[in-house]
Amino acid sequence: MMGYENQGYEEAHLYASKEQMASIVLADDFSPPSDGSKSFPDDPLSSSQFVEIPTNDTDPLQPSPSKQTLNPSPSTIHSILDPPSYAEAVFRSFDFDSVDSGDMNGQDRSPLASPSSSSYYLKISVSDPQREQEQSASLVPGGSSYFTYLITTFTNMPEFSGTEFNVRRRFKDVVALSDRLAESYRGFFIPLRPDKSVVESQVMQKNEFVEQRRAALEKYLRRLAAHPVIRKSEELRAFLEASGKMTLVRTTDVASRMLDGATRLPKQLLGGKSLDGGTSDMSEVTQPAKSGRDLFRIFKELKQSVANDWGGAKPPIVEDDKEFLEKKAKLQDFEQQLINVSQQVISCSFIMYTPTRWGADGASAIWILLVMIYWYFMAIVGCYRFYVVGAESLVKAQQDIGETMGQLGLAFVKLTKFETEEAIYDSQRTCAADMKNVATAAVKASRLYRELNAQTVKHLDKLHEYLGMMLAVNNAFSDRSSAFLTVQTLLSDLSSLHSRIEKLEAASLKIFVGDSSRIRKIEELRETVRVTEDAKNCAIIEYERVKENNRNELERLDKERHDDFVNMLKGFIVNQAGYAEKMAIVWETVAEETSGYAKK
Amino acid sequence: MGNGVQAYISYKVTTKTNFPEYDGPEKIVIRRYSDFVWLRDRLFEKYKGVFIPPLPEKNTVEKFRFGAEFIEMRRQALDVFVNRIALHQELQQSEDLRTFLQADEQLLVYSKFESAEKEYFTVLDRTEITHQLELFMTLCCDRFSRILLLDLQTMERARSQETGIFLKKPADLMQIFKGVQSKVSDVVLGKEKPAEESDPEYEKLKNYIFQLEDHLVEAQKHAHRLVKRHRELGQSLLDFGKAVKLLGNCEESPLGNAFSELGTKSEILSTKLQREAHHLLMNFEEPLKDYIRAVQSVKATIAERTNAFRQNCELAEAIKFKEIDMNKLRITRSEKLGEAQHEYEEVVTLKADGAEATRRFEKIVKLMNEEIIRFQEQKTLDMGLAFHEFAKGQADLANGIAGAWRSLLPKLEACSS
Repeated sequence: MMGYENQGYEEAHLYASKEQMASIVLADDFSPPSDGSKSFPDDPLSSSQFVEIPTNDTDPLQPSPSKQTLNPSPSTIHSILDPPSYAEAVFRSFDFDSVDSGDMNGQDRSPLASPSSSSYYLKISVSDPQREQEQSASLVPGGSSYFTYLITTFTNMPEFSGTEFNVRRRFKDVVALSDRLAESYRGFFIPLRPDKSVVESQVMQKNEFVEQRRAALEKYLRRLAAHPVIRKSEELRAFLEASGKMTLVRTTDVASRMLDGATRLPKQLLGGKSLDGGTSDMSEVTQPAKSGRDLFRIFKELKQSVANDWGGAKPPIVEDDKEFLEKKAKLQDFEQQLINVSQQVISCSFIMYTPTRWGADGASAIWILLVMIYWYFMAIVGCYRFYVVGAESLVKAQQDIGETMGQLGLAFVKLTKFETEEAIYDSQRTCAADMKNVATAAVKASRLYRELNAQTVKHLDKLHEYLGMMLAVNNAFSDRSSAFLTVQTLLSDLSSLHSRIEKLEAASLKIFVGDSSRIRKIEELRETVRVTEDAKNCAIIEYERVKENNRNELERLDKERHDDFVNMLKGFIVNQAGYAEKMAIVWETVAEETSGYAKK
Repeated sequence: MGNGVQAYISYKVTTKTNFPEYDGPEKIVIRRYSDFVWLRDRLFEKYKGVFIPPLPEKNTVEKFRFGAEFIEMRRQALDVFVNRIALHQELQQSEDLRTFLQADEQLLVYSKFESAEKEYFTVLDRTEITHQLELFMTLCCDRFSRILLLDLQTMERARSQETGIFLKKPADLMQIFKGVQSKVSDVVLGKEKPAEESDPEYEKLKNYIFQLEDHLVEAQKHAHRLVKRHRELGQSLLDFGKAVKLLGNCEESPLGNAFSELGTKSEILSTKLQREAHHLLMNFEEPLKDYIRAVQSVKATIAERTNAFRQNCELAEAIKFKEIDMNKLRITRSEKLGEAQHEYEEVVTLKADGAEATRRFEKIVKLMNEEIIRFQEQKTLDMGLAFHEFAKGQADLANGIAGAWRSLLPKLEACSS
C-alpha cells in the first residue's frame, strides 16, 4: 500500500509554456508564441491527474523552499493573520511541507513522525538498483536474478555503532525486516511495507518498476525512522548497519494473524491431547470457547471483509469521468451508513476496557468490543475515502477552470492582436485595448489557479497518508485480538481440563477401591492445569502488554492526527484565501479600467 | 402557451413613444418569436445597406425544453433587438416596425400574409430560374456546372449557420439563385469571374468581417466552457463540503466543529459559484454571442451589396449589348425599322432599370459606410460593458471566496492551542 503516494505526481515540465505565457502577457507587441495556440491546450496538465509541484517556481511570491523546522513557530502562524504581508508568510510557512523524495536531507513528514524536537536524526536514502544473480546452489538451472538497492544511512543515534552506513539489500530482506518488526512490536502502528506486487513486476517495464520500488522502499524506511519507538529497534539497526547478506529469518505466515496466538502456546501444549510435545496441526488446538464461537466467526468474517476493503485503500486514479462518477455514486450510498456509525464515537476508554475477571463471560464482552472497534475504524476509513474522492473532484474542477480561463485569455489575445492590426477606426483601438486587459487578466488568473491547485493537492494529500496508515492501525488491533485469542483459548482449555478432573474425581468417589491409573490421570491433569495456568498468566500479561502498546500508540496518533489535521485545514484555507485574494486584485484592476462602460 | 409541439412562448412588448406616426403614447402587445423574425426579415428587405440588429438563435431543439435560463436569455436578446431598431435613425421610421409594435393580433397576421404573398410570387420566379438553370446545365459542359455547384455550396455555407439565423426561407433561396442567375449570365456572356467591386478599402472590410467572426466564435466557445467550469467547480465544492462534514463527525470538538464549519462554508461557496456561472452566462457569454450575430448581420448586408453591384453591372452590360444590336439593326436593314424601334424601346427601359440599380447600389454603399462606424462604436461600448461585468463578477466572486475561508481561521486557531 505504500507505493500509491508516488503514483499521482508527474513532474511535468511546464517551463516552456510558462515563459510563453509570460511573453504574451508582458510584451507590448504581440509576437506570437511559436505554437502558442497549440501549446496551451496540449499542456501536460490536461493529461496528468495531479499538478506539478513547482519546486523551481520562478514566481516571486514563492521563494525557494527552505528546509525549516517541521512545526511552524508561533510567530509564523500569527504573521498569517497580518493583512499586508500575510500572503508572503502563508506561502513560506507551507514550504516546509514540500518533500522532495530524492532529497537526502528531507525528513519524511509521515503521520507517524514525531516532531523533530529531539536532536537525534536518522536519515535514510535508497539508490542505485543493481541486478544480481542468485548465488546459492539451487536445483533450478540458470539461477534467477534479483535487484539490490544501496541503502545509505546517516545518523547520530547512540544505538548505532557509527554515523554512516552503506549496505546493499534486496526486497526479500525488507519483507523479512517487516515481518520481524511485526513480531517484536505487537500492538504498535507499524508503517506498512511496500507491496510484493508479483504481477506488476511482470507487467511493468523493468526500469519503471525498479524505480517505483526504489521510491517506495525509501518512503517505507523513512517512515520507520520517523516512528519514535521503532527507530530504536534492533531489527532496523541490523538492517541498516550490518554489512554482508542479511540472514533470512523464517517467519510465520503473517497473513493469518488470527491464528498467530497459537504460536505462543508453550511447546508442551502443542500436539493436541498428548503431552509428548509432538507438533500437530495447530488449528486443531486453537478452539475458541463455545460461547464465543459465533462471535469469533463474525469477527473473523468482518476482519476478512475489512482486509479486502482496505486492500483497495489506494486513492482511485481516475481514468475517465464515467468511472469517476461511478465511484462517487458508490461512495454516496455508503455515506448515510457512515453518518450513522461515525456519530457513535467510541471513546478511547472503551478501547482500553479490561475485564475485571478473566472468565468465559468476560471473553464474550471483549469479542463484542473488538468487533465494535473494527467497525468504528472501518467507518473512519470510509469517511477518509469519501473525503479523498471529494478532494479529487475539487482538484480536478480547479484544474479545469484554470485551463479554460487560460484558453479564454489566449483567444482574446489573438482577437486583440487581430483588432490592433486591422484597426481602421479609433473605436476599434479602444476595444482592442480593453480586450488586452481582459486577456492578460485571464491568463494571470489561469496561472494562479494552477499554483493554487498544486498547493491544494499537497495539503489534501495528508488524508492519503492517514488512509494508508489505517491499515497499520488495523494490524495493531489485530495483534491485540490474536493475543486475546490466545488467552481465551487457554481459558477454555482450563475450563475443559477442570471439568475433566471433576468428572474423574466424581467417578473415583463412587469406587472405594483406588484406581491407580485414574489417580495418576488426575495427577497428570492437575499438572497440566498448573502449566496451563502459567501459560494463561503469561498470555494475559502479553495481552496487557499489547493493549498498552495500543493505547500508547493511539494516544500518540490522536495527538499527531489532531495536529496534522489542524495544519492541513489551516494550510488549505489559507491557501485558498490567499490565491482568491490575488485573483480578486487582478480582476479589480480590470473592472476599474473598464468602469467607464458600467451602466449608470 | 399551447402544449407539446404546439407550445410557444409569448412575450409582452411595451412601447412608450412620442412619435406622431404612432397611435398613442403607450401600447402593449403580445408577440411570439416568429413575429420578431418576420419584423427582421421585412426590415432586411426594405433597408438594404443597414445592419439589421440580430435576433437570438432559433434553437429548434432547446425550444422544447424551455428552460428558465433559455427563456430569460431570449427575452433579453429580443429586448435589445427591438430597442436597437427603435434607436436607429433609418429603421425607426419603418412602417413594419409600427405594425409590429401596435397592431393587434389579427392585423399582424394579415400583414404577415401580405408579405408571404410576395414571397409566394418570388417562389414562382424561383421555379422559373430553376428551370433555366436546369436547361443551362444540360447544355453546358461539366466544367461550368461544377463551377456553379461549388459556388452554390460556398454561398450556402456562408449563409446557413448552425445558429440557424439564416433559414432556408424562399427569400434566402432567392438570394442564392439570384447569385446563380448572375453567374449563369456571366458565363454565357463569356466571363469566367463574376463581377466584384474593386474598392480596396471595401475588400479590407470584408476580410476583416469574415476573420472577426472566426475569432469571436472561438472566444465565445471558451466563454461557454468557462460558464460550465464554474458550475462544475460549484458542484465539486458541494461534494467536498459534504465529505469534510463527514470527517468532522469522526473527530471530537473543537476539531470536529472546525471540520463541520469548513464543510458548511464549502457549501456556501458552491452557491456563490453557481450564481457567478449564471452571471457569466448572461453578462459575458451572451454579449459575445450578440457580437457574433451582429457580425453575421453585417455579412448579410455585404451579400446584399454584392448582389446590387452585380445587378448593376449586368444591366450595364445588357444595355451595352442591346445598344450594339440596335445600332446594327439600324445600319444594316432599313426594313427592320420596326424591330429597331422595338429594340430602342427596350434600351430605354433597360436604361431606366440600370439607373435604378445604380441608385440602389450607391444607396447601399452610402448607408454601409455610416453603418460601419456606428457598428464599431456600438460594439466597443457593448464589449466594454461585457468586460466590465466579467471582471467585476470575477472580482466579487474571488473576494467572497477569500472572505469565507478567512472567517474560519480564528476557529482553527482555537484548535491548535
